[in-house]
Amino acid sequence: MVTLDSKIPSGSIEEKWDKHKFGMKLVNPANRRKYNVIVVGTGLAGASAAASLGEMGYNVKAFCIHESPRRAHSVAAQGGINAAKNYQNDGDSVYRLFYDTVKGGDFRAREANVHRLAQVSVNIIDQCVAQGVPFARDYAGLLANRSFGGAQVSRTFYARGQTGQQLLIGAYSAMMRQVESKQVELLYRREMLDLVVIDGKARGIIVRNLLTGEVESHVADAVILATGGYSNVFYLSTNAMACAVTAAWRAHKRGAYFANPCYTQIHPTCIPVHGENQSKLTLMSESLRNDGRVWVPKNKGDKRPASEIPDDERDYFLERIYPSFGNLAPRDVASRQAKYRVDEGRGVGSTGVAVNLDFRDSINRLGEEAIAARYGNLFQMYQKITGENPYKVPMMIYPAPHYTMGGLWVDYNLMSTIPGLFVAGEANFSDHGANRLGASALMQGLADGYFVLPYTVGNYLAGTNLEKVSPAHDGFKEAHQGVQQELQKLLSIKGGRTVESFHKELGRTMWEYCGMGRNEAGLKKALESIPKLREEFWNNVKVPGDLNYVNPELEKASRVADFLEQGELMCLDALERKESCGGHFREEYQTSEGEAQRDDENFCHVAAWEWQGTNKKQSLHKEALTFENVKLATRSYK
Amino acid sequence: MASNQSKNIDLVLKVWRQKGPKNEGQFVDYQAKGVSTDASFLEMLDAVNEQIIADGGDPIAFDHDCREGICGSCGFMIDGEAHGPERSTTVCQLHMRHFKDGDKIVLEPWRAQAFPIIKDLMVDRTALDRIISAGGYVSVNTGTAQDANNLPVRKRDADEAFEAATCIGCGACVASCKNASAMLFTSAKVSHLSLLPQGQVEREERVLNMVAQMDAEGFGACSNTGACSVSCPKGIDLTTIARLNREYVAAAMNKHDAGQKLGDG
Repeated sequence: MVTLDSKIPSGSIEEKWDKHKFGMKLVNPANRRKYNVIVVGTGLAGASAAASLGEMGYNVKAFCIHESPRRAHSVAAQGGINAAKNYQNDGDSVYRLFYDTVKGGDFRAREANVHRLAQVSVNIIDQCVAQGVPFARDYAGLLANRSFGGAQVSRTFYARGQTGQQLLIGAYSAMMRQVESKQVELLYRREMLDLVVIDGKARGIIVRNLLTGEVESHVADAVILATGGYSNVFYLSTNAMACAVTAAWRAHKRGAYFANPCYTQIHPTCIPVHGENQSKLTLMSESLRNDGRVWVPKNKGDKRPASEIPDDERDYFLERIYPSFGNLAPRDVASRQAKYRVDEGRGVGSTGVAVNLDFRDSINRLGEEAIAARYGNLFQMYQKITGENPYKVPMMIYPAPHYTMGGLWVDYNLMSTIPGLFVAGEANFSDHGANRLGASALMQGLADGYFVLPYTVGNYLAGTNLEKVSPAHDGFKEAHQGVQQELQKLLSIKGGRTVESFHKELGRTMWEYCGMGRNEAGLKKALESIPKLREEFWNNVKVPGDLNYVNPELEKASRVADFLEQGELMCLDALERKESCGGHFREEYQTSEGEAQRDDENFCHVAAWEWQGTNKKQSLHKEALTFENVKLATRSYK
Repeated sequence: MASNQSKNIDLVLKVWRQKGPKNEGQFVDYQAKGVSTDASFLEMLDAVNEQIIADGGDPIAFDHDCREGICGSCGFMIDGEAHGPERSTTVCQLHMRHFKDGDKIVLEPWRAQAFPIIKDLMVDRTALDRIISAGGYVSVNTGTAQDANNLPVRKRDADEAFEAATCIGCGACVASCKNASAMLFTSAKVSHLSLLPQGQVEREERVLNMVAQMDAEGFGACSNTGACSVSCPKGIDLTTIARLNREYVAAAMNKHDAGQKLGDG
């Protein structure tokens, strides 16, 4: 058994990172080229890590599942990126960003990691601006900011509704510069299907070339996973189609603990579900809540068009319940309140499963042009999808799975329980606790890639004795063969149900029993039905085509196979965590006002799960969380 | 959300099927029945593929990922138009309410020498990445940046740079150009960086190297017909091409002059 040592440095919270940086071992510039580092995933975290390590002189191999790193799903992040610059002179500071993030995460994140994140946030903005990221500016030519949920200061930097795209292009270009100088070798259309562990250390990966079908072995001295989150376990989510838990899950099965899988974020402002054939949900940025007001009719079943419902018959419920944060209450809180309104029968639209996000008052106050300048592309996207004009009628929105705070367990150095395996960005569990604040995902991805891993990976390499290995090593041969066999198995079942139908069924189960509201009876039901579905999958799935060529159905099949295991772990984690915190809402544990009720005495810990083998119950390890700076308290946004 | 006008329509798809880069391709007809007008074009294709799989066939391959119009993965010709009939729209954001019951729709991959076909509607667009590697960046290593607000940028320039930077690299501009030129793509990046103070140091080398790479990849020359800008889902403006041309001429002349001074021709 591995003991969970978070390796949090000693000292006051303000000094920890600086002291730790000084204490870390360095690799001499001339020796860096002797080390090979694999980076899996080329979104914000992966591309920034690959670029930075390449600049330092390491040999980097970057693996991209798409045909270009610019397609990674970081591209879809809309609203912005937080940084404690205090350019608005409104009282922001590193400490306040730290405080807001710990509180926003409902006291389930590690203080030391969060403080480091807040510290380097300022460097991220400097770096991105130097790269030419075109952030929004005011007429003096200085950077503009807006507000996001869970904060009372304006610290969010943005590029209209395309901040993720612009930051990704920045990181991608920096990486392509290293590709040009041959410090980074970029391998396109590769999907990681196994991690190779030799002598207890991560020494490489097995990937499938998605164009030729070839299964390849790649050797390294350290492996970084930056492979995103697992919201697609719900089938319908705001994630892109290729987003999967596969890389992280395969590492988990090789010994990396999976932490807090039940912490999932249901984003309050998404375009509601329209029908059976829907393939995904689309987010409408949280930034819209700066100017949009969320409401439902006061009367049940009021089906009048919004424009005919007078103000005194509208319930602006977030403003009513949370007067100090209003429409900018954090995501978990805002989502839950929307669900309550729909459950009360006061939802809007043809399905009744939606609430209004209304810009009427802002348009009257600021004019249509000002609103278009802030959110033009979002309004356009909304109109394309729904056929309705949000300048004239309120948007209809409803919560949808969006981000996963859980992920592979990592210590302060972002290293997993497997030495030499580092995990960055959404794929790790570390910084957001039980609920992530808006505009913090971009910040964390880039913090990990630009400013944390370049130090901690070097520290590991300098302090570790690594034997030379090659793809001919038994460890590689065994993993390579295993991957090949599993793919063959999927193709040979030739059953009666498509991959899609299994994924949809799993998604419905997860949404119903492990979605916005969870309870013991439902979770137990899910824990019974998921293994059955998984068994059916392995006996009755139909995967067309063959191994040796482009085969998207085969790709989907191995991803869904992993979701069928990981979904079960999510439900188990949700069942064992007998409290409500952030995005994990157990209906049995709530205050009289319907807010999440934590149990700090029994659950102030990280739950890290260890794989025990197929169809065996995983074992739980706990990392106790201590709060020395932000005092444990009930969150209040009233 | 089901809009009030939601209904179901039947369509016939004429789809380019090609097993691999070296195989011959052909059009094959498929029936798409009971398509909800609220569905996106790709969701319609998903349903057709589910049917093909159920019938024991090989589903139609197409690139797609975010399905929000921002990742640039999707894109093919619909009735001869890149991304289909709607302006400022990627295929994933094209909805079936723009089609009529009984329509016959022709689907073809991007056609360009520099975009070899991988399978069916999938093409290889890595040539665009290589144009970026040739100079589409500011050479600033991690950690070397000054405070962000030490470098004010005139709002007009910042906004214009942003507009150019919204390119998603989908390749529609190449596909809709009769010369299969990548000028709009290349000029968008050149414009984005040449408008900003950060991009000034490498301004001349950037445009020369990126254009040289574009030519080396086998993209055609620009003849200013403007089809690229019309089909661009992000509405990248033709003025970016004018800017690239100015930048290119200035850079080439400066390089020539510098060469003369240094005596290396």
